[in-house]
Amino acid sequence: MTIEFETPKPIAQTQLVLKTVAEEMMRSKSRYFDEHEHEIPWDYMEFMHTAMKAMGAGSLAPKKEKGNGHDGGEQKEKRPSIAYQSLASQIEMLAWGDVGFYLITPGGGLGAAAVAAAGNDAQKEKYLARFSGEKPTLAAMCMTEAGAGSDTSSIRTRAMLDEKTNEWILNGEKIFVTAGDKSFTEYEKLGKGFLVVWASIDPSAGRAGMRSFVVEAGTPGVKIAKLEHKLGIRASDTASISLVDARVPFDAILGSPTVEKTTTGFKGAMATFDATRPLVAASGLGVARAALEFLKEKLAENGVQIRYGLPRQKLSNIEREVIDCEIMLKSAWLLTLKAVWMADNKKSNALESSMSKVKAGDVGTKITQKAVEILGPLGYNREFLLEKWFRDAKITDIYEGTGQINRLVVARQILGYSGAELR
Amino acid sequence: MYSFEPNEEQKMLIETVGKYAINDLRPVAREAEEGKSLPPKLVAKGWELGVLQASIPEAYGGFGDRSAVTGALAGEELAFGNLAGALAVETPNLFALPILLCGSEEQKQEYLPKIVEGNWAPYTSALIEFAFDFDPNALKTTATLKGEEYVITGEKAYVPFAKNAEAMIVYAALDGVTQGFIVPKAAPGLTVENEAEKMMGLNALPTFRVRLDGVKVPLANRLGGASGHDFERILASMRVANAAAALGVSRAAFEYARDYAKEREAFGVKIAQKQAIAFMLAEMGTEIEAMRLLTWEAAWKLDAGKDDAFIEAYLASMGAADMAMMVTDRAVQILGGHGYIREHPVEMWMREGRGFAMFTGFAMV
Repeated sequence: MTIEFETPKPIAQTQLVLKTVAEEMMRSKSRYFDEHEHEIPWDYMEFMHTAMKAMGAGSLAPKKEKGNGHDGGEQKEKRPSIAYQSLASQIEMLAWGDVGFYLITPGGGLGAAAVAAAGNDAQKEKYLARFSGEKPTLAAMCMTEAGAGSDTSSIRTRAMLDEKTNEWILNGEKIFVTAGDKSFTEYEKLGKGFLVVWASIDPSAGRAGMRSFVVEAGTPGVKIAKLEHKLGIRASDTASISLVDARVPFDAILGSPTVEKTTTGFKGAMATFDATRPLVAASGLGVARAALEFLKEKLAENGVQIRYGLPRQKLSNIEREVIDCEIMLKSAWLLTLKAVWMADNKKSNALESSMSKVKAGDVGTKITQKAVEILGPLGYNREFLLEKWFRDAKITDIYEGTGQINRLVVARQILGYSGAELR
Repeated sequence: MYSFEPNEEQKMLIETVGKYAINDLRPVAREAEEGKSLPPKLVAKGWELGVLQASIPEAYGGFGDRSAVTGALAGEELAFGNLAGALAVETPNLFALPILLCGSEEQKQEYLPKIVEGNWAPYTSALIEFAFDFDPNALKTTATLKGEEYVITGEKAYVPFAKNAEAMIVYAALDGVTQGFIVPKAAPGLTVENEAEKMMGLNALPTFRVRLDGVKVPLANRLGGASGHDFERILASMRVANAAAALGVSRAAFEYARDYAKEREAFGVKIAQKQAIAFMLAEMGTEIEAMRLLTWEAAWKLDAGKDDAFIEAYLASMGAADMAMMVTDRAVQILGGHGYIREHPVEMWMREGRGFAMFTGFAMV
């Protein structure tokens, strides 16, 4: 091991391609889909699906093992994976383009991440292979309920085993499901997606009874009850989903079907979040970078240069603000990168992933707010995308655990406290 | 590749330096601060750890290669023990590293072996000037070429160990560009104030005002020889060192406040169990880690010779200084009234914490 910050070549190359995608396919349509909420940017989705398939990028689907010496080639030394580092970099760049679009990028999103984190090999094969199929395909995570936001252990959705048919019967109401509609509704242009629904198989067991279930698109009894109207990220649908006696097969459960006196089920959910929080952080930082670059561009157009290297006392207020934003952005990105690097290297990253999310939530909101403030009348105008990025960025501090809940996670790790010791 | 783990050699260094910081520097920190001096034996022991020696190639008497990353790691550890002690141990860096990075072959051969093969000796440098708008790239001290000599005139402040310095590098504006000049002990026109600077913190580190009244040095004493050098390289390295020291002090304050919060009870629970305190600690821990990574990246970029290394070092130094102020202030806040009492070290760290906004020039990696 060593300390190194050289962007791996494959990541740098992909970033170049994605930057063009972000400019051509995303930025150019950002305003339209911001103002036409619930319309679907099919062009983007289809393009991304084809492009990512071609590049083998962006999917968590298990890769087929390549030849291992039988083809005559020498066995290569096994390098540590950079899958999460690549993914975080890609997400950052796509969010730099448009975070609403990014959220409906085919490839499985949080739903697939949940399967990847908690599913067995057969389930991974069954559920993840579809993302490299003919049509763009999505999957979503259904965790939040009206009465259970960050307090996910008070989820009331129930799963009961029907022993006659060996099926799970799900009942409950889920809200704030990102890409819920595109993952569940069977659109002609989309492949068959799924929802990962969190439910309790034993309410008396508390967290120990928490499990997630894969619910295939179109499953009877499941209904998209509502699509939200939001402050930002409007290209991404946010669904309320009702489950009334919805039946899924026995092996749709991720994790053990029996309840032991442990909280492994719940920890499965939290492990998913350890993996996904830095990815959400990355998306927030992409928006922040877009705003900061725009700010610097506009300042430069107006003859304001940032004189790096001057002592604080000699800088103008604008220069200080911009420099502070850069410090925030760079350091937040490094926290994020470290968290995904740890995931790639199979190091426990509960602390680092929450740190990255705390910081990205702060930085994303602060930088976009600052940029709008500094640019005054320009910042507030819908002629530019900056005001949209300001609205988009706010979600980073809310979804995937608010800044506050993540502070709690960080604090517990730092202090060595359990949930009971630090509520 | 991205990678966030020190290598084996660095881990060993961190461990060795860390032990010295905790077992030697920390226990005498308060006494040194109040008594305004460091035990010479303490500094000598720190010197023998060989942090600088390991940055100098064998050809010049050392046993390794300079790495800003390694220097930053060691710098954080030392400052974690005690800032004054850390800076004292590192003071010869201020003279040796500019010569290593930018010096001419003759300068390297003349000074480096002497420094690294000997005991700790006060080799130092004079950068800071006593002005609110002090700017290392717009110095009021000037150097003027007159015949075969440079004539240096001006006033410097906060020069560590200037009193008995064997030699110092004085930074001065030569035609408006900052350049370093090697000024030997007792050069005519060089006056060091008798009394050390009186500072808000860092009192155990003796620093002095230095006056240069037409000090003449030969052409060969210009750092890098006749063609001079790129001062930005030195400045960037000072900034990384400043950031690393800020990390050490911040971590010390953070850990102390964390441990205190887990002991101190109020309303029947430990105060760390209150979100008001726990959230402060979470933010302190997060900011320290964030600035550590920025510092590492800046150091790595210096080592790798990246284009934006100097800017990144500037950002790291500035960011770490802000972070240190925030963290040390909160450490005092978490201890409440006790934090304000000099029995606890947090008030000392808070005084040091503010200093990182101006300490660039006190250390180098």
